[in-house]
Formats: sequence, C-alpha cells, structure tokens
Amino acid sequence: MALSGVEIFKLLPKTNCKKCGFPTCLAFAMKLAQAGVELEKCPDVSEEAKRVLGEASAPPIRTFALGIGEKAVKMGGETVLFRHDKKFFNPCALALNLKDTLSDDEIAKLASEVSGSEMERVGQKLRVDAVSIEYASNDSRRYEAVVKLVAEKAPFTAIILVCKDAAAAETAVKAVASRKPLLYGAASDNADAMAAIAKAHKIPLGVCAEGLEALSSLTEKIKSLGVDDMVLDSGAKTAKEIIENNTQIRRSALKKNFKPLGYPIINFVLRADPAVESAIASVAIAKYSSIVVISSIEKWKNLALFTLRQNIYTDPQVPMQVEQKIYKVGEPAPESPLLITTNFSLTYFIVSGEVENSKVPTWLAVMDCEGLSVLTAWAAGKFTAAKISQFIKESGVEGQIGHKELIIPGQVAILSGALEDKLEGWKITVGPREANSIPTFLKQRK
Amino acid sequence: MAYVVPKESYNGKVLGVSFGKDSQTLNFGGENTLPFLSFEGEIPAKPVIAFEIQDIPPDDWPETLKAQYAAVSSDPVKWAMHCQNELKAQAIALRLIGTHPDRENRSAQDAAKTVKDVLAAINVPLIILGSNNVEKDASVLVAAAEAASGHNCIIGKAQEGNYKTIVAAALAHNHKLIAMSELDINLAKQLNILITQMGFNKENLITDPMCSALGYGLEYTYSVMERIRLAALMQNDATMQPPIAGDVGMYVWKIKEVSALEAEVPLWGKLEERGVAWEAVTASAMLIAGTNLLIMRHPKAIETVQKVIGELI
Ligand code: B12
Ligand code: SF4
Repeated sequence: MALSGVEIFKLLPKTNCKKCGFPTCLAFAMKLAQAGVELEKCPDVSEEAKRVLGEASAPPIRTFALGIGEKAVKMGGETVLFRHDKKFFNPCALALNLKDTLSDDEIAKLASEVSGSEMERVGQKLRVDAVSIEYASNDSRRYEAVVKLVAEKAPFTAIILVCKDAAAAETAVKAVASRKPLLYGAASDNADAMAAIAKAHKIPLGVCAEGLEALSSLTEKIKSLGVDDMVLDSGAKTAKEIIENNTQIRRSALKKNFKPLGYPIINFVLRADPAVESAIASVAIAKYSSIVVISSIEKWKNLALFTLRQNIYTDPQVPMQVEQKIYKVGEPAPESPLLITTNFSLTYFIVSGEVENSKVPTWLAVMDCEGLSVLTAWAAGKFTAAKISQFIKESGVEGQIGHKELIIPGQVAILSGALEDKLEGWKITVGPREANSIPTFLKQRK
Repeated sequence: MAYVVPKESYNGKVLGVSFGKDSQTLNFGGENTLPFLSFEGEIPAKPVIAFEIQDIPPDDWPETLKAQYAAVSSDPVKWAMHCQNELKAQAIALRLIGTHPDRENRSAQDAAKTVKDVLAAINVPLIILGSNNVEKDASVLVAAAEAASGHNCIIGKAQEGNYKTIVAAALAHNHKLIAMSELDINLAKQLNILITQMGFNKENLITDPMCSALGYGLEYTYSVMERIRLAALMQNDATMQPPIAGDVGMYVWKIKEVSALEAEVPLWGKLEERGVAWEAVTASAMLIAGTNLLIMRHPKAIETVQKVIGELI
C-alpha cells in the first residue's frame, strides 16, 4: 500500500528549505504521494526515509530473473489476480527435477534433453527453462560434480540447487555462481547459513516452511539478513494446497501489500504418473506459480504444458497477431497459388505450417483483421468481400504474380460470389475448411 | 508483520443441481466460494465427469481414441454399458450426433428410441446432447426429453436460436437443461434470462459458455468462466449462478495435436499420450476456472482428471 502524503511528510527533514522546488516539505510530500515527483529532488532526505519510501513504492511482487543471459526467466511483477483484469506478465518457468543419485550418463542425457527442449508454437520459442538438482546422495562432492555436469550439458539453462545442507550448498553454489542459480533452501533450521550464502553470491534464495504464517516470518528474517530476492514454497503438495496457498500468497501481496509474501512462488508437483503430473502442473501454471518443478519432460507433456502457459499468459485484450502482408512460403514463382487468411497468430501459423507441409511454393496473403480467426473475423465484419478485395488491390500482389486466382478458406465459402463481383477478372477458388487438408488440396491442383 | 489469511466474503452462491434417479442421483455445484478455495466457503459437491458416447459409430474420432471403444461403439447400448460397468462411469453423456443433417440425418424418432434403449440398459445418470445443429436440435431434443421422461436427465444444448421448444420439453418432462452461448458473458446471461422468463426454474439450469481446446481458444473459455463465477459470487448475480458445464471432448479430439502421427511431428512426442494429456490438461484448466460438470472422451484422461479432483476436494 502506498503511503499517504502525511505519512511521507513525517519522514522528510521538515525544514521547508525549498531546495526541492516546492514551498514546503508538506507540499513536496503530497506530490510524492501521487508519484508526481522523485524523492531524489530533496537533497537532505535521510537514509531511513529512502529505505521506507523505496519499499512502499516497490511493486507488490518482487521482480527478478532466474538464470542469466537470453534464456533467463523473468519472474514476479504480477499485478492482478485474474488474467481478464489486465494480463499476467511473466510466464512461469518449467523445471525438471534431477536427483544427484542418478548415474552420470542419465544426468548428462536428461540435462541435454532440457537443453534441447525448445519448440516453436504460434511464433514463440518455448522450452523447459531450468534444471532443479536435488541433493539426495548426502555426499557434497558428488553433488558438486553433478551440478557441474548439468551446467556443462545444459549451458544456457537456469539452475536450481535443491539442497538444505549449507556446507554442500555452498560448494555447489561456488561451482556455478556465474550462472546465478536459485538456491533452494532456506528453512527455519538453516536460514542464517543459507541467507549468508545467497547474500555472498548475490543469488535468489528459495524459502520453505509449512504454512504461510511460518513462511512470512521466515522471509522477514531472511530479508533482515540482507537477502532481497526470494522464492516462496509454502509446502503445498496437493492440488488443493497449491490453489489455496498460491491464492493466499497472491492476494496478500496484491490486496494487502503484505511484503513478507511479495515474492514469486515455486511449486513441486512431482507425481509418478506423467499424465497426472501434467494435470497437476496445469493447476500450478493457471494459479500463480512462477516455477513449476516436474519429474519428467516427455515431449508430449512439454507441448501440452507450454501451450497452457502460453494460453494463460496471452494478453486478453490483444489477440496474438502477425503483420499484414503477402508472405512467401518456399520460393513461389509467378504462377504459384495465392491463398488468403487472417492475421490471428494461431490461424497464420497453422495455415503456413500446412502450406509448408505441402511442399508447394505458395503466396500467402495475410490480412489484418485485428487478430481474429477466420470465422470470428467474418462474423465481426472484418473479413468481408469488400475488405478482402480492397486489401488484394492495395497489396500490390497483382504485380508479383502471373495469374488472377485467389484461394479462400473453406469456412467462408459464402464469400466467393461477392468476391468475384468485387475483384474484377479474378477467379475465386474455395479451399478446404480445415488447414490439415491444405497439403492434399495444393498437391492435387498441379 | 503478522500474517492474516486474506479471505473474501461472497454474498452469492453457485446453485446446486442433481440429476439421475434414486440412489444413483448425482449432485454438483452448490459452492459459495471460488473454485476449490475451501478456506473461505463451503464446497458441498465434487465436479462430475460424464463419459461421452454417441448414437452412431464415431468415425470422425482419431484412431487412438476410437480404439478405446472399438468393441462397443457400433451400438450405443453396449457402449453405455461398457462405460458404466467396465469403466465405472459416474454419468454418461449420449450425443445424438447421427441426427445432424450432414451426418446420418437420423430422425427425432430414431433419437428417441436410442435414448430409451440406453436408459433401459444403465442406471447411472444420463446427459442427452443434440448434434449442435440449431434447427434439428429443436425437434430432436424435444423427442429425446419425452423419451426420457421421469429419468431426471440433463438435456442440451439450448441455444439462442432454438431454446423455446427445448425449454418447454425440459419443463414438461422434468429434466435439467444446459444453455449454451458463444464465449461471451453477456450472451450467457441473456440466454439464462430468456430461459427463466419462460418459467423454467433457474435451479434446474446449467451454463455452457462454450468450451475450447488447449491451444485453440482455451484462454477465452477460461476467462469467461472466471468472470461468470465472479459475477455469481461477488455481485450475487442470480442469472450467473447456475453451475457450469465444460464439453471438453468434442473440442479436444478434432485438433491436430491429438491426431498427428509422431512420424510427422517428431518434436511433439508420442501420439497416444499427447491426446490423453491434451484432454486432461484442458479439463483441469476448466475445473480451475469454475466448471462443475465435464463431458469427456478418453478413459485415461478421465481417470487422470478424477485424480486431480481427488486432490482438489
Ligand atoms: C475463440 C473465439 C472467439 C474469440 C476471438 C478469438 C480470435 N482471436 O479470433 C472471441 C471470444 C473474441 C470471439 C468473439 C466473437 N465470435 Co467467436 N469464436 C471463437 C472460437 C471458439 C474459436 C475461433 C478460433 O480461434 N479458431 C481457430 C482458428 C485457427 O481457426 P480459423 O482461423 O478458422 O482457421 C482454421 C480454418 O479456417 C483454416 N483456414 C484458415 N485460413 C485458411 C486459409 C485457406 C486458404 C484455407 C484453405 C483454410 C484456412 O485453417 C484453420 C485450422 O483448420 C469459434 C468457435 C470454434 N470452436 O471454432 C467461435 C466463432 C468463430 N465465433 C463466432 C462468433 C459469432 C463471434 C462473435 C461475433 C460473437 C459475439 N460474442 O459477439 C464475436 C465477434 C468478435 C468481435 N470482435 O466482434 C462464431 C461464428 C459463427 C459463424 N459461422 O459465423 C463461432 C464459429 C462460434 C459458433 N457459432 O459456434 N470468438
Ligand atoms: S528539499 Fe527537502 S527539506 Fe527542503 S523543502 Fe523540499 S522536502 Fe523539505
């Protein structure tokens, strides 16, 4: 909760020296409360005031990155409880859990799988973002060796060290400090030692406790020890605990500006059955988790979870869309076919993917319909014969191609008559209704 | 700083619906909190999952799904008994897809007979769904409602274009009713109002705001459902208080991700598991958004989501 003008006034020097450009400290305080001026404008403000005011104006959920470089995952910084209220900003990281008791071969193989897990969907590159390495061997030299092996086999992946033994954790952190790992965990019995490691290496610290009351006092303590970036584990294991605790954490942070819980959340959803695990992971993805730790990364499971994460984190006000233009699929020649569709990302990527599958070089005209699918755009009056013909005429495609035939989506077959009237001299061909019939359709035409 | 549990107080409540007969009656809905937040309200019933069966063989289902029912799907009665006896279905949803003019264009009388035969063979509660053809459903669902008279079924879906005859039939034969609109909270609200204005009790109504599959509009369904729930609980909007249905299977099992062979899309991994996960993840997201009644297809996906429900309640 932001401070009021009077509360801020109490923290100022109260000399009314006017150096800030305001006639009085109170006037300056009032402007600060509305965020209309920077605190730095007062040269005499105390360190204490800077700290308190800085904290009050900080975002309700702390924002930082997991890992380094291009593939670092930004987390925290959310501002709403429901995606329709604005949007969810920072998609959660998916992390594969590995025990250090696995053989070197297995570890190397799994770490490489994480490293190579990237797939593209609707124009976004999606991947398993992190490896979480669990200290199960009780042998700190083994742990260090495994951590190094993972770091080598997954050179750009974020690392989570799941280790509650401070001595073993320290060695492991040192081995990969430059990768900015997340150290998980601080609990009530090791908080001082863990906080010291996190502080010394400037890395985020995972904090775990059973229940939110214990968790809040622990984060307050750790903060007072000088650690700012924390990740919360409330001990939630079942789907119910995940949804209830995560909701309470998000609400406390956003609605009460309760700082001890104003951090990203980590959930361990490990289950023996991979299908069940994917369903439980879905609960965590939908309900506020920033790091979801899973025990296996089959490709089918990754695809499903990446897709859910993408769905939950899209902007509800602006559908994902691509640029309006005439795209080339393959190396189309003047006589190659010309297809038209809308600029909804999903539509564009499905259609262009199937055109690629056909191996028939093609011109693909993508028309701006404010990111709506074919039928939605048609129903909303944005993909009409008049608008399509105007787009085709203005696109300059007539100069690029050597024929006058336009293939339209089967779902809007109804437009063909009107289009032939509006686009003089053009032949309108109705394509298949579903994109997966496009390859057969294009091949048969030849 | 002491931790205080951030509870919301809701002044509204989701209505409870029961269907089926005698000892086999099933309840869902009735909660006075957002989905699964039992720290601030009562959740008297678990979400229900119905197994979808069809009146004609499911030729258009992907192979991996068809294979699950290969021995029984040529006959809706056998299929229903298989779901009830072998797969331990809590409820069955019979989709009269064969009545669609583009399919077999079966008559309303044919549909009524199928309904009677299925009802005679099972004792778990039955949901009777039309083919989603607005004109045809207007007569098919009327005949089906009559055939099922006295069985306290759920029938659907009534849409803006055909609700009148269907509502009248549900009213006459004491069935519960699914009202479906197209992904818009205001349309859902308006249809519920029109239906209750015909004298249909809102306590017998179920809202279907239209489902969509993971990756194919799921985010729209998800948010519409969340908004319906918030309106029901926070604003005590009586027209938004019926429980919510998610017709998951029919949207999931037509997309590419559940049918493309691994050889074609090696990056997508195993086909069978992919399909099951797609349906289970879609259904789980629907539950979190507020769905009380799921209609699903693959036995493994249903089993998976039952486990999620077990963890949620
Ligand atoms: C999600 C959705 C929405 C979202 C918008 C999503 C978006 N970005 O477009 C929202 C909720 C906003 C919405 C709104 C509306 N919607 Co809407 N919506 C849908 C829904 C559920 C999915 C659409 C979708 O994303 N499809 C996926 C994409 C990939 O499909 P596609 O673009 O058609 O592409 C496929 C094919 O056409 C083909 N294809 C595409 N291009 C090409 C090109 C060629 C050459 C070929 C051969 C093939 C081809 O390949 C693709 C894959 O097979 C559909 C129902 C459904 N389940 O299909 C209704 C649907 C499209 N909507 C409908 C309607 C009526 C509307 C509204 C007018 C209703 C309202 N509530 O006011 C509004 C209009 C929007 C506006 N701004 O005014 C109707 C349209 C009815 C009709 N036949 O005209 C539908 C069909 C619902 C229904 N009746 O069942 N909608
Ligand atoms: S500069 Fe600082 S001390 Fe001087 S009037 Fe402004 S707020 Fe007060």
